Amino acid sequence: MDASPQADQDLIIKVRNLVVAFGDKTILDRLSLDVRRGEILGFVGGSGTGKSVLTRAILGLVEKQGGTISVFDTDLDSVSEAGKRALEKRWGVMFQHGALFSSLTVAQNIQVPMREYLDLSPTMMNDLAALKIEMVGLRPDAGDKFPSQLSGGMIKRAALARALALDPEVVFLDEPTSGLDPIGAADFDDLIRTLQQTLGLTVFMVTHDLDSLASSCDRIAALADKKVVAVGELKDMLSSTHPWVKSYFRGKRALARMKG
Amino acid sequence: MTTTLSNPAFEITFAQDQATIILTGEWTLDHGRRLEIIMGELLVGLGEVRKASLDLKRLDRLDTLGALVIDQISHRLGSDGVKVEMPDASDRHLALIGAVRHRNEPMVSPRRSRLVELLADVGQTVVHAGQDLVRGISFIGEVVVAIGRVMLRPASFRWASLVTQLELIAFRGAPIIILITFLVGCIVAQQGIFQLRRFGATAFVVDLVGIITLRELALLLCAIMVAGRSGSAFTAEIGSMKMREEIDALRVMGLNPVDVLVVPRILALIIAMPILSFLASLAGLFGAGLVSWIYGGIAPETFLSRLQSVINHRHFSVGLIKAPFMAVVIGAIACIEGLNVKGSAESLGQQVTASVVKSIFMVIVLDGLFAMFFASIRF
Ligand SMILES: Nc1ncnc2c1ncn2[C@@H]1O[C@H](COP(=O)(O)OP(=O)(O)OP(=O)(O)O)[C@@H](O)[C@H]1O
Ligand SMILES: [Mg+2]
Repeated sequence: MDASPQADQDLIIKVRNLVVAFGDKTILDRLSLDVRRGEILGFVGGSGTGKSVLTRAILGLVEKQGGTISVFDTDLDSVSEAGKRALEKRWGVMFQHGALFSSLTVAQNIQVPMREYLDLSPTMMNDLAALKIEMVGLRPDAGDKFPSQLSGGMIKRAALARALALDPEVVFLDEPTSGLDPIGAADFDDLIRTLQQTLGLTVFMVTHDLDSLASSCDRIAALADKKVVAVGELKDMLSSTHPWVKSYFRGKRALARMKG
Repeated sequence: MTTTLSNPAFEITFAQDQATIILTGEWTLDHGRRLEIIMGELLVGLGEVRKASLDLKRLDRLDTLGALVIDQISHRLGSDGVKVEMPDASDRHLALIGAVRHRNEPMVSPRRSRLVELLADVGQTVVHAGQDLVRGISFIGEVVVAIGRVMLRPASFRWASLVTQLELIAFRGAPIIILITFLVGCIVAQQGIFQLRRFGATAFVVDLVGIITLRELALLLCAIMVAGRSGSAFTAEIGSMKMREEIDALRVMGLNPVDVLVVPRILALIIAMPILSFLASLAGLFGAGLVSWIYGGIAPETFLSRLQSVINHRHFSVGLIKAPFMAVVIGAIACIEGLNVKGSAESLGQQVTASVVKSIFMVIVLDGLFAMFFASIRF
């Protein structure tokens, strides 16, 4: 994988030999992974195998015991405070449970990063927030609602809107379509595709949704045994020999989907 | 990325009543304020034309803000009757501008006059205060019913929870409460001796400290500390459970949140308050005795024998009788405020503050009422 002809600058995220453990429980053991510029990478793995932990490690929210992580060609260990801030402006994150600020309305949530990083008039900020709200498929009146007044699906959309507030180059989505109805989930996939094409977005998406994997991901990485055991397109997954990957992509549910 | 930022700009060329607008540079979020200015300049600079064509080919970068500005420009022009077109725009740009279009007008919330709002606020506060009182009383009723249920079926009671709460309230709270009442006992004795000395009545400090500590001081300090330590904890615990729908989870399992969460806490308070108040009295008297000995020259034997002749069981029981009532008030307010928490972290903070402030206030009001009551029955 290392000696690929891919120029290094085309790799937005580069994880090498990452080790993460909580106490004496190792979650990720010498894991390596690349995310290329402009792609949608689907990341799969069983529940509790460490997908969210990997995401949080890349974002610098979880301490790692070994290995290197670089994002936009910047090693996260050696980056200065200012460099870190510049980085944070270029990525957007949608957490598994939304993590919207409960005391702010949806529109205010979206404006938090704008206020922090941008110089915009309040009117323009409101317009932009309204735009993001509409882009992710929420009704305009959702902007004035508090997170506790939203449904689960609306929380996902609002969280995506906040992740997209600064037109980031990379977005991390942790299970964006879980808890959405199939039509909503398909809309969501389309939305992410559109954004990727229009904004040149790179997407790192943790998902269990076979439809998303099949329809919107350019590449898929599978996590099992504390490592990435398979990377590639869907057809590579289907021909993988790893037992977990096999049962995931060629199990009953998967076959039913693929046939349909 | 080391590319230098190229500022957004535009050039207009006129041909009869047509205008061609060439957009250049980076139309991105980094140039937010500049883009807004440009939008105004462009609309002014365009003047009266019938047709405008936007040339996007020389744009270096475009993101959602740039697209939004372009969309707003064409929308404004369109509503002035100008025909807007974007010939030869790339698919990517068109897709982005398309994604931005068709927005509904932002909602404007109606404004009311300051005075009306102020009056409405005042009215609301009064109504809330009334509702609070009613709710508090009905809640205490509910708790009494729940305690009744527990007495009928003691097996179903959550003894473990009661013991945990007792440990948290009484056992862990005791040291700080003892320390505080000890210090206040010292201070009151010192002040008493200092003032009484002028009349040559130093010995009366024992009456002063003995009565005030047993009847009022120990219990009040104790209640304030418990409201601050345990009341706030109750509100925060119950409130965060409310936030995460844990209370609803209890309900749908057929468990009554009052039985599970409130009764053990209030019972624990009812048991703990008299104990704490007793310990606090001892500590206060001890502090007073110590200061009287060192600073006032009253020997411990004299202090004790005078204390015995001044204090009778009534002074002692007044403190103890009041304690359970204080406990109920603190516990009920803390639990009600906890259950009133809405979905947000901010409301949790507000509710915890309200819980502590209200219970301290109510404790003092209640103490005043008791003082009048005991005075009128000459107890
Ligand atoms: N802060 C933490 N402290 C201790 N253990 C943790 C912590 N965070 C996660 N873990 C453990 O790490 C493992 C991986 O958790 P993670 O949240 O990454 O799972 P996941 O792959 O995202 O699962 P899911 O698909 O259910 O979201 C789990 O066993 C979890 O218990
Ligand atoms: Mg997860």
